[in-house]
Parts: sequence; C-alpha cells; structure tokens
Amino acid sequence: MNESLKNTNTDFEMRSLDAMCFSEEQVKTPSWHNLKYLLFGILFGIILIKAEVVSWFRIQEMFRLQSFHMFGVIGSAVAVGALSVFLIKKFNIKSIYGEDIKFPVKSMNKGQIIGGLLFGFGWAMTGACPGPLYAQLGYGATVTLVTIFMAIVGTWVYGLLREKLPH
Amino acid sequence: MHLIELITQPWPWYIAGPLIGLMVPLLLIFGNKTFGISSSLRHICASCVPAKIPFFQYNWRKEIWNLFFVFGVFIGGIITLFYLKDNSAVVVNPKLVAELSQYGITDYSGLIPNDLFSWASLSTPRGMIMMLFGGFLVGFGTRYAGGCTSGHAIMGLSMLQFPSLVATICFMVGGFIMANLILPFILSI
Repeated sequence: MNESLKNTNTDFEMRSLDAMCFSEEQVKTPSWHNLKYLLFGILFGIILIKAEVVSWFRIQEMFRLQSFHMFGVIGSAVAVGALSVFLIKKFNIKSIYGEDIKFPVKSMNKGQIIGGLLFGFGWAMTGACPGPLYAQLGYGATVTLVTIFMAIVGTWVYGLLREKLPH
Repeated sequence: MHLIELITQPWPWYIAGPLIGLMVPLLLIFGNKTFGISSSLRHICASCVPAKIPFFQYNWRKEIWNLFFVFGVFIGGIITLFYLKDNSAVVVNPKLVAELSQYGITDYSGLIPNDLFSWASLSTPRGMIMMLFGGFLVGFGTRYAGGCTSGHAIMGLSMLQFPSLVATICFMVGGFIMANLILPFILSI
C-alpha cells in the first residue's frame, strides 16, 4: 500500500498533480499574470478581517454554538460557490484564456477523517485556518509568525510520515 | 453615512459570506484555479526544504499563483490595519465572555487574545501549547485531510464532493471536541 500511496494524489487542491485537470499547453501565461492572484488575495484578506472570521473569539463562539455568525458566513459562501459552479457547468463557461473549466473529482480516504479531526483541534486552538493566519499576521499580530512557522513544520512532518500514515 | 465608515464597521455574515463565495468563480474564470489556501504551506515546504521527501517533489513553480494569493491575503491584512481598521472590540456572546474570564482572558481588542497569543506568552506553557502545538495541527491536519476550510468546506462543498463533506464535518467535530472538552484544561494551565 505504501508504495502505491507514493504515486497517489490525495491532495486535490493541487491542480498540477491532477492529470485530468491540468494540461501543460493550456496554461502558458506571462508570469506577471500572477499579479491578479495577489489582487484577489488582497480582497480576500480584507473580507476575512472585516467579517471577523479571523477572530479567535468568533471561532470559539462557533464551536460552542453561541453565535450564528460563522455558520452564516460559511453557509452563504458555500451557497454562492455552489451556484457559481452550477452555472459554470450548465452554460459551459470558459476561463478568460478560453480553457474549459474542469473540476477535480476527489476520492474518499481516511485522511479526510483523521486529518480533518486533527485540523479541527488546531482550528479551535489557534482560532485560525490557514487563510486567516496570513491575514492575522498582516493585521499586526506578529506572533502569528510562530503559528505559521509551526503550520509549515506540521505540513513538512506530514510529508515525511505520509507513507506510514493510514490513508 | 459615508462609504468608508460603512466599510470599516464589522461586516455582517450575509455580506461577507457571499463575497467569500465569489472567490470560487473568480479563481475559476480568471485562471482555472480551484480555491484552496492550505496547499500554500506545501509549496513553501517544496520550495524551501524538500529534503528528498517524495511528497515535496513536484514543480511548485506551477502552483506559484497560490503563493501570490496568500501573500495578497497578508497585504490585505496590512491594508485593513492602516485604512479600514475599526477600533471597537469584537462583540461576542456574554456566555463566552464569562467562560474566558475564568482563564484571565479579558482583552477583546485584538483579533487574537493578547492574554493568550503574544511573544511574552510564548514562554508560558499554555501559550506554547496553543501556538506551537495548535499551529502544528493546522499544518499537519490540513495536508492529511487534503484541504482546509477554503479547499474542502467552500470549494469542495460547492462542487458537491462527498469527501469534502466528510472532511468539513470532521473539522467541525474536531473543533467542538477541542473547544468544549480539551481547551478548558489547556486554558487552566
């Protein structure tokens, strides 16, 4: 199993590892085009902070069912996201480069359960998932640098142990 | 009320949630990218310390858009700090205020509690556990699960992917267990 896991993609956020979703020729764009992602990131960062979803206190409220705020944010984000995906599929909307927009098909493995629970622990402790960590740092909480560093260490240790872990 | 005043106030969920959801079509249409932030941590490992680990042997330059995006999130934080900051403390449920005051957490002025997360509290056992171990679990858990709140809960659920539903439920269950059953012990240290 371990040998086969080495060549199996369990990380569906990674397009370039997903043969179905990625073809070399389609994505030759000048590197300055990446600046648009910087702009999207800036927008996302501002939204995260103004919505207070990067607040440790709001996360504590969510996990104690003491406020609807976070559930409202995540729920309405999913509703808008799902509607967008539905419309893109229905009208076969292409990307601005004229490519077909393809969606990775995720497969189930034990990682989503075990890793999911472990991330849930970390989320409740730090009050932040990865996006908010970067936003907190920018917003002046310099000590978040330590949390981000440890998240990188955690990712690295997962990579190191991956073939020994149940999937 | 002026627009800028309106923007600096905390945004209600029904404004912020749909805006976050719009990140999904924005990234799909403007670059055929799927929304997901935790993979940035993997790219940082792959670019800085791959150490011959197979999981980090890939061409991270092809995923560099993701690093631009998270750098943008950081810049967005700076912009908000200087131009869109709201000086009022976060308003939370009184039950939470009562609970946290037992642990000496009374300062609601920051995004993260200054009583718990600061350079000074990094040398206390409680601060160390929360930041070092908590951060580690965020990185380890998201990569093990193959995504985080953005990749699974928002992007994955938007694509109606069953594995993402399982992952999202597990994130929540893990958070409930930590916040209600384990955190009271850590915070009392």
